[in-house]
Amino acid sequence: MELRPILSAMWRNRTGSVLVAMQIALTLAIVVNCMFMTKERVDFVNRPSGMDIENIVVADSVGFGSDYEHDRTIDEDLRLLRELPGVIAVSPTRSIPMSGSGSANGFAGSRDDDAPRHTANYYFVNEDILDALGVKLESGRAFRDTEVRRADDPDLDRLSPQVIITRALADKLFDGEPAVGRLMYDGLGESSEVVGVIEHMFGAWVSWSDFDQVAMFPRRTGGTQTRYLIRAEPGRRDALVPLVETTLSEANRTRLVRNVRTMEEVVSNSYEGDRAIATTLSVAVVLLLSVTGLGIVGLASFTVRQRTKQIGTRRAIGARKRDIIRYFLLENWLMTTIGIVIGTALTIGINYGLASAFEVEQLDYVFLVIGMFLLWLLGFLAVVAPARRAAKVSPAIATRTV
Amino acid sequence: MFFYNLRLARMSLMKQPGLTALMVAAIGIGVGACMTIVTYVYALSSDPIPDKSEELFAVRLDSWNPDEPYWDNKPEEAPEQLTHRDAMALLESTIPTRHAAMRKAVYTVVPDSEDVAPFLNIARMTGRDFFEMFQVPFLYGGSWDESADANAESVVVLGRETNEKLFGDTNSVGETVLLGTERFTVVGVIDAWQPAVLFYDMNNGETNPVEDIFVPFTISDRREIAGAGNTNCWKDEQIDTYWDLLQSECVIVQFWAELETPQQKAEYQAWLDNYTEGQKALGRFERPTNNRLSTVTEWMKVNDVASNEVLVVMWVGFLFLAACLVNTIGLILARFIAKAPVIGLRRALGASKGAIFRQHLLEVALVGVVGGALGLVLSRLGVMGVRRMLSDADRLTGMNLDLLFMTFGIAVLSAILAGLYPTWRVCQMAPAGYLKTQ
Repeated sequence: MELRPILSAMWRNRTGSVLVAMQIALTLAIVVNCMFMTKERVDFVNRPSGMDIENIVVADSVGFGSDYEHDRTIDEDLRLLRELPGVIAVSPTRSIPMSGSGSANGFAGSRDDDAPRHTANYYFVNEDILDALGVKLESGRAFRDTEVRRADDPDLDRLSPQVIITRALADKLFDGEPAVGRLMYDGLGESSEVVGVIEHMFGAWVSWSDFDQVAMFPRRTGGTQTRYLIRAEPGRRDALVPLVETTLSEANRTRLVRNVRTMEEVVSNSYEGDRAIATTLSVAVVLLLSVTGLGIVGLASFTVRQRTKQIGTRRAIGARKRDIIRYFLLENWLMTTIGIVIGTALTIGINYGLASAFEVEQLDYVFLVIGMFLLWLLGFLAVVAPARRAAKVSPAIATRTV
Repeated sequence: MFFYNLRLARMSLMKQPGLTALMVAAIGIGVGACMTIVTYVYALSSDPIPDKSEELFAVRLDSWNPDEPYWDNKPEEAPEQLTHRDAMALLESTIPTRHAAMRKAVYTVVPDSEDVAPFLNIARMTGRDFFEMFQVPFLYGGSWDESADANAESVVVLGRETNEKLFGDTNSVGETVLLGTERFTVVGVIDAWQPAVLFYDMNNGETNPVEDIFVPFTISDRREIAGAGNTNCWKDEQIDTYWDLLQSECVIVQFWAELETPQQKAEYQAWLDNYTEGQKALGRFERPTNNRLSTVTEWMKVNDVASNEVLVVMWVGFLFLAACLVNTIGLILARFIAKAPVIGLRRALGASKGAIFRQHLLEVALVGVVGGALGLVLSRLGVMGVRRMLSDADRLTGMNLDLLFMTFGIAVLSAILAGLYPTWRVCQMAPAGYLKTQ
């Protein structure tokens, strides 16, 4: 209906219209890409860990001096820790899952020389490890206490005869066949029998592609260092942290107790960078939408002021307030839509550029649709106030200044 | 004339405070967001030792698995560390001006005083050349002498913090300190020293703090040491003891050499190639000869210090600034068009196009300066936010003169860039058309 006068007005003010359209296009492109990359990071951080992260406390113990006795220290520590209120299970460990530090080795599912080797992140733990981590055993059994090798065992550095592995590792090693009872070989031809398979858990490195390939051996860590995984009943974790610290420190003065902290802190540290990027990108989205919104308000107000006379004339020859408002809404909608069309191409172009330069994933187009609606809404909201102000222009103004 | 223009600009900006505030905000927010991330990337990618970075070389030999390269994504590169025995062999070369093998270790520091609890410290086992090579400032004493390296003597250089804990910030040279079960004599205390990027060992975090204890590398050759760095192995060997590890193909040692001239570098490269040729005869180094010398900046690139994720955010920052600029162009254009009648009048009264152009450019530059000030404040706020989110960012995001100039430069340049087209447009207006409507 009124499209022709709008188009002709836009044509007369080409530069202004082009600028608004460009602004919308750039905003769409940035907002959509940022939302998409934020979602990627959030999904990455929220991958299920398989463990009862919220209820675990971890601690490091480092022996020093000539009086230090490793096995006795661990025996005593385990006894004391198990007696603490609210503790469900305790296991010594060589390293902490999802902490970013740990060890890995290659294992094969058969003795064949050409059997493919798969890398697994491995842990030295005791019979209570499943409860201490809160992981789910899918098949087989837990370790028996008699299977756990002490640090003074002459065979400590031989491969343990038993192993518990994750389903992800089992599938790689045995091509999806049942793993319990099968043998897993290291590079020197020694083997461990798989006694249990854990449904799922994270290894040490959250960014590693094979993060869920984990193996657990029933043994203590040699040397003078060990760590503890202590799982508490729900709600009792925070009280446990200072208790673990004092209990272990006071029990034995020939070692240092360090880094008593919640597993939640450990995990949160590992994802620090990802969370920072997600936050930064979301802040960018909010800021940019505000800047663009305010910019449109500013430009529209300016246009209204410029056209006061024209509006007055239209009102004087019979245009209703509704018509004036509709005129501005429609004009703005047209510019926004042109911007969105250009912006769609720009969005895909930027995603393509980021993908080829920095290995960003290919855009999920749902975000493009969300972005389009966001900008339509923003364009609409930004122009409502100026349009209403335009409608208030008195018809008399036309008679006054001509 | 300049001050007249400045006054005109101020008056004109004050006349429409809303629009002016919007322009300043757009530039300020754009520059602030962009500079927040640039500050971070700048710290990560600037040269940590500018005086010498072209003369210091990370030395690497490709001793890795004949069946597969060390790096999946950079097959042309050699491993980032050497085996212990290769490092010991390289120390025999007399070609480099200075050189040092190095490895991280954990020591329990047992203070003599009962009041101070024992504590763990990360130590660096390295050569006497380390300090001079990397321009490490000394507070007291200095590096150990050559005989200490040769005989693996129990001498130690302390960091300032550890010295303060043990000796209360006094000159402790000549005192002794118990590290684990061994007593070490203090020969020096280093002053505060922290390169933004820990370029000499980036294996466990590029922005880690400098170690606070230094002992001769050769100690690791004679006594059993609790190593703390990365151990990467490829060969199926039985490694039960510490001594097995030292003789294995596992790479555990970082190695740096100072080579002042291209000839020296070429000579050293030839020496290395000759060394690995000799080892090939013994059945080692089965991969094609690939001995690499990388300068500090090259080495930071190989290690991807500024990660892809961070670079993506930086590009988003630039686009963000671009969007804010388009916004500003629109606002400036609107303002100038509103002023058309005045400009028309001035032109009719004899003002030249040049004068009008200069005056309006000054006006947008003024917006740029104010926007830059806002951007500076916002980027500082942004950096504070980054520090809250990243625990290692504290060492990285200090303000310096470069960044200050960059912020203002970008702000003023953006404003002028944004104002160029509107100013040009305003100068093209025919005065007559606007005079009529007065």
